[in-house]
Amino acid sequence: MVRILDAGDQALVVEWAEHIDETVNAQVVRLAADLAASPIEGITETVPTYRSLLVCYDPEIIRGRILGERLLERAGRLDEAPLESRLWRVPVFYGGPACLDLDELAEMKGMSPADIVELHSSAEYRIYMIGFAPGFAYLGGLPEVLHTPRLQTPRQYIAASSIGIGGKQASINSVPGPSGWRYLGRTPVRPFDPQRAEPFLFRAGDRVRFFPISEREAEEYDRRVAAGESIVEPVSV
Amino acid sequence: MSILRVLRPGPMVSVQDRGRRGLLSMGVSASGPMDPQSFALANALVANDPDCAVLEFAGLGGLFELTAPARIAVTGGSVAITIDGRSVDPWEAHEVKAGEPIEIGMLTDATWGYLAISGGIAVEPVLGARATHLRTGIGGLQGRVLQPGDELPLGAGAHAPCLHLAKPFTRPEGPIRIVPGPQDYYFDEDAWNILLSATLSISSKRDRMAMALDGAIIPSHRGHDIVSDGIAFGSIQVPGSGVPYVLTAERQTTGGYPKIATVASCDLPRLVQMTTGTRFTMVTVTRDEAEELLIAERRRLRAILEGIAPKPDFSFDSSTLLMKNLISGVILAEAEVQEAC
Repeated sequence: MVRILDAGDQALVVEWAEHIDETVNAQVVRLAADLAASPIEGITETVPTYRSLLVCYDPEIIRGRILGERLLERAGRLDEAPLESRLWRVPVFYGGPACLDLDELAEMKGMSPADIVELHSSAEYRIYMIGFAPGFAYLGGLPEVLHTPRLQTPRQYIAASSIGIGGKQASINSVPGPSGWRYLGRTPVRPFDPQRAEPFLFRAGDRVRFFPISEREAEEYDRRVAAGESIVEPVSV
Repeated sequence: MSILRVLRPGPMVSVQDRGRRGLLSMGVSASGPMDPQSFALANALVANDPDCAVLEFAGLGGLFELTAPARIAVTGGSVAITIDGRSVDPWEAHEVKAGEPIEIGMLTDATWGYLAISGGIAVEPVLGARATHLRTGIGGLQGRVLQPGDELPLGAGAHAPCLHLAKPFTRPEGPIRIVPGPQDYYFDEDAWNILLSATLSISSKRDRMAMALDGAIIPSHRGHDIVSDGIAFGSIQVPGSGVPYVLTAERQTTGGYPKIATVASCDLPRLVQMTTGTRFTMVTVTRDEAEELLIAERRRLRAILEGIAPKPDFSFDSSTLLMKNLISGVILAEAEVQEAC
């Protein structure tokens, strides 16, 4: 059931569930799109997450009590039609310095590293949310065999554009930083580049497929990215 | 173009404007000032637009100079300031000539200080704002804190006299008010009692992203992991250690720890300004009450901003003071009589 939770005096949460679920996330993305298309005056920003929408507002324009009622009403009559979504095909080099955990993962699962790569690049993922850091994509749809607990001790530095696994989730990292996730490689794609005309590549609700590339291909992509070229284009599905 | 030269900055000085809006859904928190009230007053005192960029400093300001004359104002708290050796006060504007050393000491009763310069700091905006987001290295000067030798371009300032506040700026008092939620139900009555009966204090573990609170370890009977959701400015997050963290200007936009409550916006500037070790308690209010308090606090700030006026003429001011000191009673009486005529 949809409910409203308080997040202070300038934000509230429209929450559908407490677990990860694609239909729930679809509702979150729908409500965000609905509010963008026909805004409620006083809303300043919305943040779609796995299972809820954070709605920021200005209480001088609309009070939270009234906004909560209107949001529940909106959430109750969302269009059930499938949302148009974008599919990204993202190249991954499953090797080199960013490939920190492939061998250990293969050992844990009793598989060869090539099998892990095959599994990881055969699935279709959904971007449940962009969060934590600029452009950081949280993916659902990781094959169950690859579900792996996070590291006991997080690493202090994971490079931008690393491809990770954390529990049931997968990621395309955007900026360098600490992380307790396990990493299989890197993509030449930059999910976040403040200098680019479109600084953010992905958004919640998009779909992603990975495909393996060699080190030489990765370097070729790197050169094109450095020259300002776009190396991936989404297709509408 | 006029330049601000950074000669010897404090350890954490960064360029901040009102912050980067509209990008929370892309994982970018607004950044901007830790204390938006002191920030707004600093700009207003030098007759800047409200979204001009200023310097924010944690504790120690530092030594600066300008390549052209301008007005400056320092806000945030009490702090020793000298311009070419002359002592001047915070919370009011001062004329500075080219090349005069501006030295800003250590805040004594606050944590975040603001140095506004007429015209504002004119670094190139990134994603629509000049605010530095230190954690992701964007905005400001190369996304980082200032270093000796840095030079910052300044905009052209409006012609205006030196301004001051009609009456001193004060902050609310009493317990810090919080609004329970969104994960208040992760904490049972005992956990809530721990939080609300504790004498909390500000830990030294603090930066622009978050501040840890000492004095209460708060257990969650449902565990300390949630499926990540959005985080507001002032959220009080409780990870597995049970230590509450208040998330601030450079917070992560989403997170996987339960958030027991959110600090009422009217009390956020006061909380972030508390010096390390300051003791306080928390009390709950409803969302509705917190909204009323915020609206009242905004009105109060607007009134203070509207009350900003030119400083009395210095020569007149000093001579009256001198006379008062020499022969106070008599002159005052005469002045009153004269005025009555």
